[in-house]
Amino acid sequence: MKIHHPVQLLLVGLMLASAWGLPFLTHAPNRLLTGTGIELAALLRGERLWLLVPVLPLLMAPFLTPLRKTGLAVAIAASLWLAGLTWLAGDEAARLAGGPDSLVRTSFGGGFWLLFILAGLQANDALRRLNGPGGRQTLAQLAVYGPVLWLLLSGRLEALSVLKEYANHRDSFDLALWRHLQLVGLTLLPACLLGSALGLLTFRQSRARGPVFTVLNIIQTIPSIALFGLLIGPLAALGKLFPASGLAGIGLPPALLALTLYGLLPMARGTLAGLQQMPEGVIEAARGMGLSPRQRLLRVELPIALPVMISGLRVTAVQAVGLAQLAALIGAGGFGAIMFQGLLGSALDLVLLGVIPVVVLAIAVDALFALLVSLLEVTPR
Amino acid sequence: MSPPLKGWPKALWRVAGDPLPWSFAALVALTLGMPALRPLFAALFPELDRPVYQQDSFAALVMAHLSMVALSSAIAIAGGVLLGLWVCRPAGRAFRPLFESLLAMSQSFPPVAVLAVAAPIIGFGEAPALIALVLYGLLPIAQGTMAGLDSVPASTREVAQGLGLDTWQSLYKVELPLAAPVILSGIRTSVIINIGTATIASTVGAKTLGSPIIIGLSGFNTAYVIQGAVLVALLAITSDQLFGRLEERLGAWRTRDATDAGAARFVQVSGR
Repeated sequence: MKIHHPVQLLLVGLMLASAWGLPFLTHAPNRLLTGTGIELAALLRGERLWLLVPVLPLLMAPFLTPLRKTGLAVAIAASLWLAGLTWLAGDEAARLAGGPDSLVRTSFGGGFWLLFILAGLQANDALRRLNGPGGRQTLAQLAVYGPVLWLLLSGRLEALSVLKEYANHRDSFDLALWRHLQLVGLTLLPACLLGSALGLLTFRQSRARGPVFTVLNIIQTIPSIALFGLLIGPLAALGKLFPASGLAGIGLPPALLALTLYGLLPMARGTLAGLQQMPEGVIEAARGMGLSPRQRLLRVELPIALPVMISGLRVTAVQAVGLAQLAALIGAGGFGAIMFQGLLGSALDLVLLGVIPVVVLAIAVDALFALLVSLLEVTPR
Repeated sequence: MSPPLKGWPKALWRVAGDPLPWSFAALVALTLGMPALRPLFAALFPELDRPVYQQDSFAALVMAHLSMVALSSAIAIAGGVLLGLWVCRPAGRAFRPLFESLLAMSQSFPPVAVLAVAAPIIGFGEAPALIALVLYGLLPIAQGTMAGLDSVPASTREVAQGLGLDTWQSLYKVELPLAAPVILSGIRTSVIINIGTATIASTVGAKTLGSPIIIGLSGFNTAYVIQGAVLVALLAITSDQLFGRLEERLGAWRTRDATDAGAARFVQVSGR
């Protein structure tokens, strides 16, 4: 047998090690106590052994000839294995759960997380070899997690501790989701407009480039929590001067202001880079055709710069999703509020309830913009 | 737009227009002199009983902050450079895509999330903070190392081979020196991120410059928040400027023709 994929071999080795070495689930009498570990081997009995079927292609993955169909087979097997792992955790949690008043908690253990990540990486590595257009690759990467999402939505995982936390905090979860989206959405609009205006300015006036980017760099350097803190004073003072404006030192205004400031650098940089990669002849041709500066901007420069500008917007958006997590510290809400609540109570599952959606949101936003860029780049002009 | 100056006014203008001396002076002055600003904070926030943070001296907090960043960055530099080197060698090249997906994945994981997940598992205090700092510091450095080695032109490597250097000599004497400015800019990003993450680390009980901010935010003491925030911001800006200066110095050769500079330098050094 020849090893065609050393990466898959490493992943398979780690998979076997984490299946045997780490607890798959932890089980505790209530939410605050540390649980006792449950091994994966102890769970695979009777009909559950069918779950091991997709493991076979995964184990063989390092030795398969690099072909399109073998890559696809490995990705499908990884997708099924991810779903199987998740189902197993949910099923066992349901079996261990007592009556409706029971305080028993079953949580994912380190083994589950590692197996999950490793299977995801195996699928990622296998799909990478398919060589499709960028947009289709992104969709395929997301489709791997489809079965897991279906399990989650079907309610088969409800006995797991994270979902119990969700059931207990449903109202604040929905509120946090809405607020988080609000923070990101309301940041993107001004950051996009101002950032691209700055990018355009520095493109036209190369003298302004130095000072503008120095200032934006310095802003980017300031740790987010410090910037939130520094904005409290001025905004509180403004709020006192103009009570009708609704400005205050804590809450949404300083959070949005800080997130917008952070978003300016990637956006301005993306705009400048997009405009700079424009072939010189294009501007000359536009001028020769008799386009006014305004027409040149709207019909020639911006459309050409758009894909790179959207890459800048992508960085701004993903960054805002993560930074918004900290806005909870200044009372702006979002998933950070749930996370810090869990942190204060040392309740890991509540922390996860505040962290997992943010990671999923960041991945979703990233994929969305990646798709957008690939669509724009494919369009012939 | 600096006016055309000559002689000492020009020198003065250059010093005054450079953010580094200003931010450094402000950092030192405020670290040592914060208690002296008590009347100012008392006037700004008359409702506060204790307008200046006194649980620890600001000098101690700056030192704690810096030592946490230094320790984690040292580990991250060692690990990140080795990792970056390995995936650029023939032996590790196959692992590069895997590594790049891991890097991309970590972008969607905010640093505070690592802290928040690590703290309940391994306990509150410095340990979860150091783990988060090392993990986050590692990635930009590895990325910088990869980008730096990629930026060495193939022709330079061939010239080095032609001079009879073996793989290790070529790496140490040609490729690494050429890649140094890019690696350094990775280290710069990493250290700046770590200064920020160390600030948040006070939410899991580590004592850093974030402590006055967190205590101030939870106790509605805006003066504490401002004191911590100003110092952290100055610390980050000063470090960033220092790294910028270092990068300029290391990258000075890039103004010349970059292609064969490494090999030319080696020729000079070895006296051939």
